Amino acid sequence: MMRTYAGHSTAKASNELYRGNLAKGQTGLSVAFDLPTQTGYDPDDELARGEVGKVGVPVSHRGDMATLMQGIPLGEMNTSMTINATAAWLLALYIVAAEEHDVPQEQLQGTTQNDIIKEFLARGTYAFPPAPSMRLIADMIAYTVEHVPKWNPINICSYHLQEAGATPVQEIAYAMSNAIAVLDAARERIDASPAHSSEELMGQVFGRISFFVNAGVRFIEEHAKLRAMGILWEELGRERYGVHDQRQLRFRYGVQVNSLGLTEAQPENNVQRIVLETLAVTLGRDARARAIQLPAWNEALGLPRPWDQQWSLRIQQVMAYETDILEYPDIFAGSKVMEGLVAELLEGARAEMAVVAEHGGAVEAVPYMKAALVDSHRERLRRIESGEQVVVGQNRFTETEPSPLTDDAEGGILVVDHAVEAEAIEAVRRWRSERDQSAVDSALAELARVARSDDPHENLMLPTIAAARAGATTGEWSQTLREVFGSYRAPTGVGEAASAPAGDQDLAELREEVARLQEQLGRRPKILVGKPGLDGHSNGAEQIAVRARDAGMDVVYEGIRLTPSQIAASALQEGVHVIGLSILSGSHRELIPAVIDALHEAGVDVPVVVGGIIPEQDVAPLKQAGVAAVYTPKDFDITRIMRDIVELVGAGIPAAA
Amino acid sequence: MSDQGAALGARLRKRDLSAAPATLNLLESTTAADREQAAALLHEVSPAALNQEAPGHIVGITGPPGAGKSTLLSALLHAWRAQEESVAMLAVDPSSRQSGGSLLGDRARIDFDPADRGVFIRSTAAGERLGGLAWGTRAAAQALAAAFDVVVIETVGVGQAETDIADVADTVAVVVQPGSGDALQFLKSGIMEIPDVLVVTKADLGQVAISARRDLSAALRSLGSRSTPVIAVSSLPPPSGVEELVQALGVHRANLDLSERRLRARRGGALTDFANEHGERGLRALGGRTAARSWLAEQDRGCSEAALVELLERRMGR
Repeated sequence: MMRTYAGHSTAKASNELYRGNLAKGQTGLSVAFDLPTQTGYDPDDELARGEVGKVGVPVSHRGDMATLMQGIPLGEMNTSMTINATAAWLLALYIVAAEEHDVPQEQLQGTTQNDIIKEFLARGTYAFPPAPSMRLIADMIAYTVEHVPKWNPINICSYHLQEAGATPVQEIAYAMSNAIAVLDAARERIDASPAHSSEELMGQVFGRISFFVNAGVRFIEEHAKLRAMGILWEELGRERYGVHDQRQLRFRYGVQVNSLGLTEAQPENNVQRIVLETLAVTLGRDARARAIQLPAWNEALGLPRPWDQQWSLRIQQVMAYETDILEYPDIFAGSKVMEGLVAELLEGARAEMAVVAEHGGAVEAVPYMKAALVDSHRERLRRIESGEQVVVGQNRFTETEPSPLTDDAEGGILVVDHAVEAEAIEAVRRWRSERDQSAVDSALAELARVARSDDPHENLMLPTIAAARAGATTGEWSQTLREVFGSYRAPTGVGEAASAPAGDQDLAELREEVARLQEQLGRRPKILVGKPGLDGHSNGAEQIAVRARDAGMDVVYEGIRLTPSQIAASALQEGVHVIGLSILSGSHRELIPAVIDALHEAGVDVPVVVGGIIPEQDVAPLKQAGVAAVYTPKDFDITRIMRDIVELVGAGIPAAA
Repeated sequence: MSDQGAALGARLRKRDLSAAPATLNLLESTTAADREQAAALLHEVSPAALNQEAPGHIVGITGPPGAGKSTLLSALLHAWRAQEESVAMLAVDPSSRQSGGSLLGDRARIDFDPADRGVFIRSTAAGERLGGLAWGTRAAAQALAAAFDVVVIETVGVGQAETDIADVADTVAVVVQPGSGDALQFLKSGIMEIPDVLVVTKADLGQVAISARRDLSAALRSLGSRSTPVIAVSSLPPPSGVEELVQALGVHRANLDLSERRLRARRGGALTDFANEHGERGLRALGGRTAARSWLAEQDRGCSEAALVELLERRMGR
């Protein structure tokens, strides 16, 4: 199946995009939701500011879902939704939208990502604490197995783990451990249900679990990784869950190939990287992906345009229809090299799975896994900075002709219209004023009652679907559950990160610089690393925080999802000398000035630097707003960034002191 | 010559909470000019200047990593704020690396309203200092107690750390989680001094928490301490035990001879600081630790700790 991950601005604009993509030969939908929808806020929430319609489509209620799916045959369509914390809610909206077109839920096909553990570890769009999150997942599994039998209620995602720096062994081990946590939770639900033979039902549940993996450019090893996952999965089914049906035991996965390795420098090179990564998941038939979506060549620059996405789709079509890749049985059968690679990965993954099990399983091991990923990512960056790992166009062969691909006015990316947010706010308020409020109130009250209940027969999907039908909004559904379940902050993983390896000359020199600065300041230089807004991609912020510590600074890092006023309060109270902000979701034009305003209001006068996916044309306005420096993915040498920051702090000391 | 220190001290004396960030910036600084200002600040909030001990309740909270201190602190913060008590929290991070840098993550774990002017949270790294407190933490607690209703010092550790915290806090609470036998062992073997309040977290664990509480109470009785309260709290909804803990901390403080405890803290702290700065040679110049201690006991009761250090230094240079 061929897809592109798409959605932006409004339900109407995204619907047009989907219909266009389907006309071009795409065979399924992959819906990208915006961050407020993913984290359970309406467009008019304070935290949604700057994020509405940015990285995906906002869907606030059943009306938005109906618009999004307008004219698309839901009975035949296979729809994949990248949605996790609010997956139960979006599935409910989808069911209700289908119902309005007389398509019964039994016919619906598709996938909700619904993998919360990797949100805690790598992606950050969680909404509730771990235990109630796992309950929501188990409820969805129990509901769909019975009522929406063609739906994949969960997609175990190791994709984001690799994006966060996971090695192949870590990706396998954490994905499998995560699946065990989900299956164990589902088994508890099933054992409590008297209606079915629990063994038969467990087989059905096992058979409905699919994976969503990553594939990097080292495509031979990556292919071995997928073969190893298939072996482990079958083993797990047989031994832990007593599944015997060969079809249910099959390892099914979709893939989005690696974005982490895509570069901002000479971005055209990303096309060949994407092609090679695709080989990892297509070459050998025994471990071939069932659905592939490819990133666009310009992802590290900003949001891809329809033309960029078309190019990614055409890559797949050339591979499928022009090459002979699909014509042979498994071409690695009997390969000694492949067998050896697989055995090695299996051994490593089993050992790492044992460590996670010792921590009490994947839910309990979140802090351990998070710290391990931060460490792996740091090692990866170290190899790139030192030149041990070659990235063409970035740390080697960097000379280049000017690119005709990025010289248009927008810099070769899609720019979301800023009016979108105001329109969405207006629209959701209108929706609320026009619906039957008492029906919504009683539906939400019932939702809260079921959420508080500890009766295993009470399934949260039922009141969720009823609330969707009544016209409740995404923010209301989430807030109702937040009130019962409490809110949560995931571990940042940076506190446990190991010290930098000794012998790094640049870092040693920087430390001396920091020590000199400390004598001048009277205090150790202190930096606040902050992530404003809903963007959960914290890898960059984490690496900056760890490197600042290794350079000898005191680092205040509070994790993701901070409001401008929280950042300002922390900066003031902690007495920091400099502030580093990180945003990858494209909302920097709204959020950075908002943070700077909040700092002024709090009376904090220290330099602010910004890092993230910041298009070239946005740099000047940010500097005008008061930002001292802007760093983008092409600034891969973090020690150098640190040196700049130290200089910046030093320049602010009055000469007389 | 700037009068920044004295001005900050005067603001604290008038209970101006917004003076807290600049106060900490000054008290943490090691430059000679700043230390002079810091001494002026501390003089403004000394018992002599206030005509009484600083009114805030200095609470030390310590316990091993993973015992649930941050969650407990969030719950305590909410309970105090509900009673309209202003709260300053000094979170001391033990991390010390060869680089000297540290990651101060505690703030993230404490849930509070950033717009609330009655809350102040500051994280500091203990660095290479022994005893669990960071440079300036003791002075900061003494200064902030003039303005805030409650000043909390949070440190990590069980065994040694709370002796240092006992040098400054009016009330020391040790936090342990059920199932970890450390606290029990340390108590029995005398490594750990008996705290003013013992807190067992994760009371939602049920039987384990109940037996932990019982074992600790028994150990305290066998050590002859019948009065130390052992309180079980659960931060999971529905939270429990937090009100009881707030009350127990209040009761301990009410029954305390505050001026004696603070006086002991200032004199002990001054000697510790002096010894850190001037080492054994400095102590010998004072005729040894015991002689120094009895000489300190003759000094004015209203002196700030910084003033006492200065007196010791003058005596050494005599």
